[in-house]
Amino acid sequence: METMSPVERVLRAVALTLVVVFFMFPIFWIFLMSFQTNETILAIPPSIVFSPTLSNYAALITGKLQTAAGTLDIAFMRNLGNSIFLSVASVAVALVLGVPAAYAFARHKFKGSEDIAFTLLSFRFAPPLLVLLPLTQYFQWLGLSNTYFGLIWVYQLICLPLILWIVRGYFEDISADVEYAYRIAGHSWFATFRKIALPLAGPGIAAAGLLAFIFAWNNFVFALVLASADKQPVTVGALAFVTSSGIQYGQIASAIVLSVTPTLALALYAQRYLVEGLSLGAVKG
Amino acid sequence: MTTLHLKNIVKRYKSQTVLDDLSLDVANGERLVLFGPSGAGKTVLLRLVAGVIEPDEGRVLIGGEDMTDVDAEHRGVGMAFQNFALFPHMSAFDNIASPLTATRSSKDAIADGVQKVAKLLKIDHVLSHHPKALSNGQKQRTALARALVGSPPLLLLDDPLRNVDAKLRFEMRLELPRLLAAEGATVVYVTQDYKEAMALGDRIAVMSQGRIRQIGTPQEIYNAPADIEIARLFGDPTINLLDVVPQRGGEGVFVELSNVRVRLADYDGDVSGKPCVLGLRPETIVFTDASSPGAIPVTVEAETPLNEKTVTLAMTARGREILVSRPAGTPGPVAGPAHIAVNGAQAFLFDKASGRLLPRADIASKRNGEAA
Repeated sequence: METMSPVERVLRAVALTLVVVFFMFPIFWIFLMSFQTNETILAIPPSIVFSPTLSNYAALITGKLQTAAGTLDIAFMRNLGNSIFLSVASVAVALVLGVPAAYAFARHKFKGSEDIAFTLLSFRFAPPLLVLLPLTQYFQWLGLSNTYFGLIWVYQLICLPLILWIVRGYFEDISADVEYAYRIAGHSWFATFRKIALPLAGPGIAAAGLLAFIFAWNNFVFALVLASADKQPVTVGALAFVTSSGIQYGQIASAIVLSVTPTLALALYAQRYLVEGLSLGAVKG
Repeated sequence: MTTLHLKNIVKRYKSQTVLDDLSLDVANGERLVLFGPSGAGKTVLLRLVAGVIEPDEGRVLIGGEDMTDVDAEHRGVGMAFQNFALFPHMSAFDNIASPLTATRSSKDAIADGVQKVAKLLKIDHVLSHHPKALSNGQKQRTALARALVGSPPLLLLDDPLRNVDAKLRFEMRLELPRLLAAEGATVVYVTQDYKEAMALGDRIAVMSQGRIRQIGTPQEIYNAPADIEIARLFGDPTINLLDVVPQRGGEGVFVELSNVRVRLADYDGDVSGKPCVLGLRPETIVFTDASSPGAIPVTVEAETPLNEKTVTLAMTARGREILVSRPAGTPGPVAGPAHIAVNGAQAFLFDKASGRLLPRADIASKRNGEAA
């Protein structure tokens, strides 16, 4: 870094600024939009000078959407609650199931273990639409349509492979000798898993959990088809703003701001764990 | 203290046989060194005894009890790993305490036990540090302390001095025997360093390719290596190995080195005419005058002064290289023509075809006597 010439430094700064603007501008614009009425948003030319209003947020929080055609009920806050519940519960279930499974795949090569692990991974690259129709049928037979239980189950298609494959890598990075040493010291395999493997893979588990949370949060199509309004997350709930009397851009913008905030906060908080997790290989005992 | 018996152990990984029908007995309180090149199967054997690897065939008996199917945590052995295998997220104290916490001892008893062994190993001032903050030597001592703290009757040490610097290794080589003797445990010690093996072992088991090639006291192995490979592994500088064909003469069996006869008094006529390899330890060869009987003419090529000895590379008239080692400070030729004398009584004769040590006549005749 010290050897960089002033010209290089300036060019580097310009390049970084361009990249940041390119990615951050839409979010910045949406943030501004969330404080504007539909009229100022649609004004031509657009302006960043406007008198801010909290009416969009008020509408979302009270659940009353004022349109030209009259007042509409929207369930945005409920959607937000659903999103949080579904994502947290899905990640929790995926961690409970996926972390021990990842440990098993990392430490014990049993017959067909690679095949099973790969099959689980393949859930990630099959397009959801492919399984959606049969899944809808099954859910109706099983009575799982429009239940949190059913949605959390389907969300395992998203979360479980992610956690399984990321955490498996972290477990594989832990020297087997460290675990052997704990066993020889007189501890059972379960104590070894709990006291040695879990803490050492902790940053990796946190990183995988965070990613799984974001993927679950962003899911749209499963919830759209398998749940009705009262169980749907924000991603689906945002459709309510496309009304018969026009698209409510202001409310959409504020809804986006509200729904991005939890994942953004979580990502910022977990950033240091992510970095720690990635550098785990450097701290071999 | 306890005994260890391995009976016909076989371990395969895929198609590769790592341990090949290996049997070994370690007596009560004995220090046995497993010595051999890397890939010989030493570490696998140790892990098998510890119970973290299962044998494909054979039995492991500790204290006479069949432990083959017993889990590692119930075998009651202590083990130190070559790469230390410390728990990176625990302090040195917790690392050392781990065998004690398993038995649910009281907090005070644990603290006492850890303090005692830490003091013995001179690491009581770094107990609060995590492994990351320890020097290599402290890590090694922590690992050793963890193996010792529970006073296990059987102690397995997997090349514990491999990853520490030369100075520390030298110190520990002096310190370990005292420490292990005080501990009174039966010890199986793995090393690739023949000096360590000779310094620490009551007996040495030389391993290669998953088998034990020779087992005996350090002196037995140094003075009667079972084959050429073992002769080469023990000794620094390495043993001189010369192709010879022994002949029978008026005064017994002899070999010719640069047309000078060297009598091999210990061997009888059986070996004459057979292609052999003559093994000469560099320290048994001395420089001598041209006039003395049995002097072999050589040309001195190079001299390497080491701390405690001087090693000279000499070339015979037929272009064979011979290493001569003498205590540092003793006079010797530096370059040019010189003469060496070889003591036939200290020479080994190996069969060239099989590489095995040929039995000396006195041993052979004794055997014959027993047979008769």
